[in-house]
Amino acid sequence: MWEPIPKNKTARPLSLSGHVGFDSLPHQLVNKSTCQGFCFNILCIGETGIGKSTLMNTLFNTNFENFESSHFEPNVKLSAKTYDLQEGNVRLKLTIVNTVGFGDQMNKQESYQHIVDYIDTQFESYLQEELKIKRSLHNYHDSRIHACLYFISPSGHSLKSLDLVTMKKLDSKVNIIPVIAKADTISKSELHKFKLKIMSELVSNGVQIYQFPTDDETVSSINSTMNGILPFAVVGSTEEVKIGNKMVKARQYPWGVVQVENENHCDFVKLREMLICVNMEDLREQTHSRHYELYRRCKLEEMGFRDTDPESKPVSLQETYESKRQEFQVELQRKEEEMRQSFVQRVKEKEMELKEKERELQTRFEQLKRMHQEEKAKLDEKRRMQEDEINIFSKKKAATELLQGQTFNTNSSNLKKDKDRKK
Amino acid sequence: PGRVPGLTAGVIRGADLFGYVGIEAVLDQMRRKTMKAGFEFNIMVVGQSGLGKSTLVNTLFKSKVSRKSCTPNYEEKISKTVKLQSVSHVIEEKGVKMKLTVIDTPGFGDQINNENCWEPIVKYVNEQYEKYLKEELHVNRKRRIPDTRVHCCIYFLPATGHWLRPIDIEFMKRLGKIVSIVPVIAKADTLTIEERLEFKQRIRQDLAANGIRVYPQKEYDEDAEDRIVNDRIRESIPFAVVGTDKEHQVNGNKVLGRKTKWGIIEVENAAHCEFANLRDLLIRSHLQDLKDVTHNIHYETYRVRRLNESNMNFSELELSIRPLENGNGDKSESESHL
Repeated sequence: MWEPIPKNKTARPLSLSGHVGFDSLPHQLVNKSTCQGFCFNILCIGETGIGKSTLMNTLFNTNFENFESSHFEPNVKLSAKTYDLQEGNVRLKLTIVNTVGFGDQMNKQESYQHIVDYIDTQFESYLQEELKIKRSLHNYHDSRIHACLYFISPSGHSLKSLDLVTMKKLDSKVNIIPVIAKADTISKSELHKFKLKIMSELVSNGVQIYQFPTDDETVSSINSTMNGILPFAVVGSTEEVKIGNKMVKARQYPWGVVQVENENHCDFVKLREMLICVNMEDLREQTHSRHYELYRRCKLEEMGFRDTDPESKPVSLQETYESKRQEFQVELQRKEEEMRQSFVQRVKEKEMELKEKERELQTRFEQLKRMHQEEKAKLDEKRRMQEDEINIFSKKKAATELLQGQTFNTNSSNLKKDKDRKK
Repeated sequence: PGRVPGLTAGVIRGADLFGYVGIEAVLDQMRRKTMKAGFEFNIMVVGQSGLGKSTLVNTLFKSKVSRKSCTPNYEEKISKTVKLQSVSHVIEEKGVKMKLTVIDTPGFGDQINNENCWEPIVKYVNEQYEKYLKEELHVNRKRRIPDTRVHCCIYFLPATGHWLRPIDIEFMKRLGKIVSIVPVIAKADTLTIEERLEFKQRIRQDLAANGIRVYPQKEYDEDAEDRIVNDRIRESIPFAVVGTDKEHQVNGNKVLGRKTKWGIIEVENAAHCEFANLRDLLIRSHLQDLKDVTHNIHYETYRVRRLNESNMNFSELELSIRPLENGNGDKSESESHL
């Protein structure tokens, strides 16, 4: 973006004999940008309750309507909100991305992955827009993260391992600005030792945090001074307390009042100065020309694009694209064929399964039928036996009755005989 | 597609600032950066020999930027073909550095048969777009892609006072589609003010009748404010210009002018000619716009055409490569038609 024109042997310096008027060029350029507005996206990483939202409200002197988050999120979530701010005739589209639930899980191993994925997704969106045939880059709402404020817990001792791991994963993707949150809980002497410890840990772990640029003489001295004060120890507050005859942003304690904008109390003013007033444009530029380019390069190389082929001859993107497309078509056909085969296979299997089931059912049916017939035969047999028994019984009964009748007659005739004799 | 799960949708709301934040400072930051980086500007001059192209460009930039003035042993020869030649200089004003490249087109319109004399120019313009596109498509690209694209093409019309000639129409028709053309009436000191006004009106009619779009093109006005400013410009083009690098004394002041027996034609006097209007348009107010139109419109048009020609639709490739890794999207597509 803002690289100086390479010194060309064919471009000679020439002096002007009068006022031409192209000194208005920076103004022409700036005017255009003012009309379009600026985009600035900040990612805040820090544990729940560490003061991310409050700091944002304090930095931008407004109320961004944030609700307190719970500590029981199962996973780290990123929530992004975009705001339209206006100061003077500068319109700023500010997006603040918060990490909800960072550091709350029992197992924090995957905490940073969601953040990395989010950052990559924004790069991907931009890359896709850039590679579109009909694109509109100058109208594109840039969602890439320009600055990452990493909130360090004011333990006073050292960085947590989660901090180191997260920052290491992010340092090649985003400009990291570490801040010590709730700095009013650390005393001045402890703070100095804490800062040194943090910086040395970052260095020994190879974490590349954002360095305020020192190449422009106008700001190099203030930037290099600030580089030595990192990480900024900040206190945020949107409440105001009366000090003397002014209302200032402060936190009131029984033992005193911590004034947010008092540089003896904390580094808030320095953070605002560096982040917004001096280096916002540089943060945007670094994001675009360093972090995004790295992402793009890796992505294209992953997709198989190269600038030169193995013999170091320059390869045009078109050739690479064509060969990639051939590859892809072949692959697509193969996959289609594979799928067709597997589908046919599955159909066959299903058919066999169904046949098997049918056979089974048939067998069972036969079995049941046989059982039923057996039962029926048995029952028939039983019935016959019963009938036989009944027959026998009836015969017996008839015989008995007959015998009874005979006996009775005999008895009554005997009785009569006896009666006659007695007379 | 490809959104991280758990990402809540973005909403834009107005936020009132309770006090000064310092966002305005970004304008200064941008100004500093652009001044450090410097600017590039490439201007092409097209017209028959003798129309004062080199002189005008020198007058515009108040220094010897034309090829004629800085080539030792320059011989004025009418070349047999149209050959494009460019020369670059770095000029600085109040800390603002500009690499100015002037592209000359000797031989244009000078032959007996001028058919297709615009072809080498069209070729050159497209070659610069191609160069930029190639660089933009590299995997490893330069932080600042060298910009050789033609930001502005000044077309010199001879002050005949009549109408546009066939060569003018043909040239502007074709080039107007790919580059921003600024037509000027050259050596306008041969026309009276009335003749000039009539000539300009006729030219504007001719341009409209032939569907030729010159800068500033109506379609690219960004907002109402732009339109008002540009409408005023569109009503006064083409500018009638006179160029010189000689200074003379007029009323005790040193002015740039052409001395004749009947008077001194002051180049920067708005009553004499419209040089100042041209200079203001090209340099003081619309230089950045010329570059933006070239980059956002002409270059994009070229790019769309090129990518369509080579059938390079990255999005179709991109979306398909990802499923090849985790086997999702592709399958569903194919399944639906199996």
